[in-house]
Amino acid sequence: MTEAPSRRPAPLPTERATPLDPPTGLAPLREHQPVSPLAHPDGTAGWLVTSNALVREVLADPRFSSRSELIHSPMRTDPPTPAPRGVFIGMDAPEHPRYRKLLTGQFTVRRIRQLTDRIEQIVEQALDATEAAGQPADLIQTFALPVPSLLICELLGVPYESHEDFERWTNVMSSAGSALADAQAAEAALTAFLAGIVADKRARPTDDVLSGVIHEGSLDDEEALGIALMLLVAGHETTSGMLGLGTLALLTHPGQLALLREDPALIDGAVEELLRYVTIAQFDVGVRAALEDVELGGRLIRAGDSVSVSFIAANRDPDVFDDPDTLDITRPPGRHVAFGHGAHACLGQQLARMELRIAFPALLRRFPGLRLAVPLAEIPIRSEMPVYGAYRLPVAW
Amino acid sequence: MTRLRVETDPVLCAGSGMCALLAPEVFDQDEKEGTVVLIDDRPAEERRAAVLAAAERCPAGAIRVAGAD
Ligand code: HEM
Repeated sequence: MTEAPSRRPAPLPTERATPLDPPTGLAPLREHQPVSPLAHPDGTAGWLVTSNALVREVLADPRFSSRSELIHSPMRTDPPTPAPRGVFIGMDAPEHPRYRKLLTGQFTVRRIRQLTDRIEQIVEQALDATEAAGQPADLIQTFALPVPSLLICELLGVPYESHEDFERWTNVMSSAGSALADAQAAEAALTAFLAGIVADKRARPTDDVLSGVIHEGSLDDEEALGIALMLLVAGHETTSGMLGLGTLALLTHPGQLALLREDPALIDGAVEELLRYVTIAQFDVGVRAALEDVELGGRLIRAGDSVSVSFIAANRDPDVFDDPDTLDITRPPGRHVAFGHGAHACLGQQLARMELRIAFPALLRRFPGLRLAVPLAEIPIRSEMPVYGAYRLPVAW
Repeated sequence: MTRLRVETDPVLCAGSGMCALLAPEVFDQDEKEGTVVLIDDRPAEERRAAVLAAAERCPAGAIRVAGAD
């Protein structure tokens, strides 16, 4: 039991007791008012949804729109603007499914399985680089970032040599701590970089997702660029955050780590549990705007109100998960929403699953003595970023 | 226990691939659009758990199952 929170609009809870605990303010909200008034930093008021059932209800209801121009951020003050063409995460039907369907065929379970060997190679190379770096090694720089980054570059057909540039640009673009001018400059640089690549592929098609989208015929270069931008950003920070914090979760739960080492066949369930427990989509992902008045969990959401769903709170909901704050890699996966829910559920989820299912066991095999090289409190955490993660993860073995 | 009867809705389907991952003998995905293709609308008893899990975890609510209890 927790104490009942105030019913006045309050800012989004973000303070965590430890890096792997949810923000402490979420549990009382979920228990006492799972639809609670939210104060946005731009001065508007909105709503925060914290129970698993209501989060799923919002994400499945087309009366809650994803259109960027309607959505107020729970963390940022820049005004809502329409999604750039092609960036369908910020659109509704009919545009959203039209774009999305051009890509879903490239991310099927079968297509992703065909990448198994290549993912294994990339993972082994990253592990070689980790060993070569010597102890302590920063697992984010040697492993968690390069694996997804290289893979999404290859899939899209973007040269990996430029990864340091676009990783820096995407970081500045999405950080709640960036000045608006810096974020705009970073976005302009990334856009110019991708525009060059799209023009190249229009002229000389290669065998990759981006060329496929361009030569499918219905999109112009600006739309293809939007799609490339979204996939590049969505495809590397997320999986990288999961690889880093998933490893951290295992290292800080030695019993669970030992279980997985003894029985690698537990990996599929372990990945689902780590996705649930870590939940890297912290905020600014999963925000919707009501297109009409909607009653939700006994509260009246007015047309135009922005609604933030908390994937973190939904994934720790005791109504859906027994003992939700315990990491248990043998639990049934249940209704976790780490990849979202509804029409916008993560497009890359089978790719991400495959990366995680290959990468964690390979890491544990390579380093039987893997351990943190610094105390937990000294690990720098992306607390101001929509996609959660560790900036550095010093390890020894 | 009655045998399961499965229906899918390719229009609602978001192509997440959960069904093809969890119950590949019952669900496949269209090569081009990634949307659900139902292979077996009366799956055998031993597939019951996998089919129910696929329906529960479908993010788009595109799988309906009758005879679940
Ligand atoms: C562990 C890794 C990942 C996590 C936890 C994750 C999480 C999510 C979540 C929660 C959403 C829903 C956003 C919303 O409802 O507004 C989403 C959407 C999306 N994700 Fe992921 N993601 C991951 C990896 C990837 C990868 C590898 C890719 C690219 C290949 C990707 C591409 C996308 C795209 C394109 C969307 C937008 C889909 C749409 O609007 O229809 N994600 N992701």
